[in-house]
Amino acid sequence: MSRSWMHQFAGGLMAALTAAGCAGGGSANMAVDADAAQAVYVAPGEHDELYAFLSGGFSGNVTVYGLPSGRLLAQIPVFSQYPEKGYGYTEQTKPMLETSFGFIPWDDSHHPKLSQTAGMTDGRWLFINGNNTPRIARIDLTTMETVEIIEIPNSAGSHASPYLTENTEYVVSATRFSVPTPQRDISIDEYKTGFDGVLTYVKVDPNSGEMAIAFQVKMPGFDYDLSASGKGPSHGWSFFTSYNSEKANTLKEIGASQNDKDFIAAINWKRAEECVASGLGVATPSQYVHNKMDHSTMRATSRAMTSVTMLDVASCSNLVYFLPTPKSPHGVDVDPTGEFIVAGGKLATVLPVHSFSKMLAAIEAKAFDGEVGGIPVLKYEAVMAGEVQNPGLGPLHTEFDANGFAYTSVFISSEIIKWSLKDFTVVDRTPTYYSIGHLLVPGGDTRQPYGKYVIALNKITKDRYLPTGPELTQSAQLYDISGPKMRLLLDFPVAGEPHYAQAIEASKIKDRQVRTYALAANNDPYVVRSEAETKVTRSGTKVHVYMSSIRSHFMPDNIEGIQVGDSVFFHVTNLEQDWDVPHGFAMMGARNAELLLMPGQTRTLVWIPIRVGVYPFYCTDFCSALHQEMQGYVRVSERGSSVPLKWNSPGQ
Amino acid sequence: MMDRLSRTALAGLALALVACLFLPLWRVALLAPQYPEGLGFYIWANRMSGDLRSINGLNHYIGMKQIVPESIPELRLMPWALGGLVLAGLGAAAWGRRKALVAWVSLLALGALAGLADFWRWGYDYGHDLDPTAAIKIPGMTYQPPLLGSKQLLNFHATSLPAAGGWIAFGVLALGIALIIRERRLARRPRPA
Repeated sequence: MSRSWMHQFAGGLMAALTAAGCAGGGSANMAVDADAAQAVYVAPGEHDELYAFLSGGFSGNVTVYGLPSGRLLAQIPVFSQYPEKGYGYTEQTKPMLETSFGFIPWDDSHHPKLSQTAGMTDGRWLFINGNNTPRIARIDLTTMETVEIIEIPNSAGSHASPYLTENTEYVVSATRFSVPTPQRDISIDEYKTGFDGVLTYVKVDPNSGEMAIAFQVKMPGFDYDLSASGKGPSHGWSFFTSYNSEKANTLKEIGASQNDKDFIAAINWKRAEECVASGLGVATPSQYVHNKMDHSTMRATSRAMTSVTMLDVASCSNLVYFLPTPKSPHGVDVDPTGEFIVAGGKLATVLPVHSFSKMLAAIEAKAFDGEVGGIPVLKYEAVMAGEVQNPGLGPLHTEFDANGFAYTSVFISSEIIKWSLKDFTVVDRTPTYYSIGHLLVPGGDTRQPYGKYVIALNKITKDRYLPTGPELTQSAQLYDISGPKMRLLLDFPVAGEPHYAQAIEASKIKDRQVRTYALAANNDPYVVRSEAETKVTRSGTKVHVYMSSIRSHFMPDNIEGIQVGDSVFFHVTNLEQDWDVPHGFAMMGARNAELLLMPGQTRTLVWIPIRVGVYPFYCTDFCSALHQEMQGYVRVSERGSSVPLKWNSPGQ
Repeated sequence: MMDRLSRTALAGLALALVACLFLPLWRVALLAPQYPEGLGFYIWANRMSGDLRSINGLNHYIGMKQIVPESIPELRLMPWALGGLVLAGLGAAAWGRRKALVAWVSLLALGALAGLADFWRWGYDYGHDLDPTAAIKIPGMTYQPPLLGSKQLLNFHATSLPAAGGWIAFGVLALGIALIIRERRLARRPRPA
């Protein structure tokens, strides 16, 4: 470890401690004003003013909270099986979790991003990345359901994702771990020469939201960390932070922390489009899958894909420039005007701010400081707009308000700093409890932030709540930013680890919520639209039960003639067309999960009975006064038994 | 004979009834703790609309018959009756006799009364003719919806009121009566020479 680094660490630590002392932080109780409760109180029956979508981190989900109350409204399963909703267990949803490696029941969800039009959130879709086995998911905000997942090939660890362009032309992904591309059996010691870092641009259909990989860019084998897209004047560019420009392949905590500066890669994606259009991309064999929920059948399908278009920086000139950026930058964020590119140099003693207009001028003037991997490195002084002094220790992420201020999360000194985009000086700082990662200002990544709040997303809570064994919750903290000083209002535990989060005005979403699925438009091949259509059929050892549920009974609810070892497909349709009347379906001994059926929806559970006897099923969602009576029986006979298939549908 | 103003007004009233063919006549609204947004249905001249599916679903608990608009013959008759009233009103205006006006207004009043009586009869039937095997049986409890006004039926607060078409029909009836009164007054006054 270099001595200079140690000095910087100690210096930063002292600065942060002094600053925290000045801010009057100290005891948690002292940090909260007497009227804080009133500022976040949403009376019973009243609605919150904002929806907040938090990544569930290693839960693989997205959680939906109301702000400012901090009330948990919903959990949306994305990359992980979710037995409560049958997600990833039902025949309709299992294909969503397929990958080129087969069915994977889990991932690590990181960064939710709301779709944008003209640089403003439009309330249509939420995208989120799966970090472990690189994937991007799309959630339909009218149903709050995951409707699409696309795997990102030639990548390992999709961390800088799914940052999107200001009209949602693209969502991007970058490999966190450089890997041999295409994958091959080589020694890890060949990292410096044999590993590549691939950036991915996923095109989003402006009407359907459907994703397709447009092209990939092969870059030097660094670790790529986070991304932001230009807006306004810088629209057409995207920025990726990188660390490990040292190309270390072991003990990266030391090996990747040696260079004084790493890089922000500035990608001119409009130029990339030109290169692809003029045939400079190379069709590269790549295995990945594309999973989609069909709108009409409400069934997911998984399609294997075999090729992507790869751009090499050598063949497409003027595509990428490197902006030198101090010390393993983590976050990169573009201010509302599109001019300033803020890097969170997590080991740096200053917070560097690059200027987009200076960057263009430097490219024009060829103010280069050599090349790395065939990519021109711009002179630091030529692109730098300013350095925020005394940012605390471990600055990570920055969001913006409407008044020309930026808010940066600072991990090691556990604080938020507020600084001015006019003179790059810190004007306020406030402690967080503890070790803040991302932060969010509602609209803070758009062209017009509107938030009155900044929300800290904390990794550690230690003494903040009643302890719950060795594992303690992560948390979110809500601060009022309407005055000159940040003011802590609320502190609430969150489900899973929230990496990034996004918030949006409730008015953009709440009136578009789907209340029921139209039974008439349900085209699941096993749908029943009335009890008269219910039936049981057998073909070999497969038994299909076309079942209906409505308050408060299943039809049929007595089934005989099932044999040990049969695969019994319960295709259950909820015939209700009434808001907030789901039914559940649980089968004793079924080794998967329950079904949770929204009104008008069909879902299928497979049950393979292993013992003779009579087994019950029942409704798990308290649907009505006679919910307890909503149950039925299946008789299971020996294999080869002569008990005929029999059930009690109308007309039987 | 009616004067020109009365004849024109009568023709206008008859034509106003045309709107009753295209607007809902009656509305029944239901509120319950579980249904803060409310359930309800509209009765039109020839059909019913609204949350019948949900209401039928709930009604099975108390053993009420399903409300099936296709099986209600009145919904096939009503458009003809309304059409007949329109034509009769226009005919009366053309003919111009005061007797015709009185006859038409009486016919309209009778029609409205018959309609209300019929609605009450259906309500009585739905509310009383209950399936003896129903899950919820409360001794002495029947579920006839109110004809006009509000009534608590178990957890539902039911309100029955005319809808746009109904208000127009009542308005036409009231103005028809006003026309009769006007004509009576004119008849008592000596005609100018």
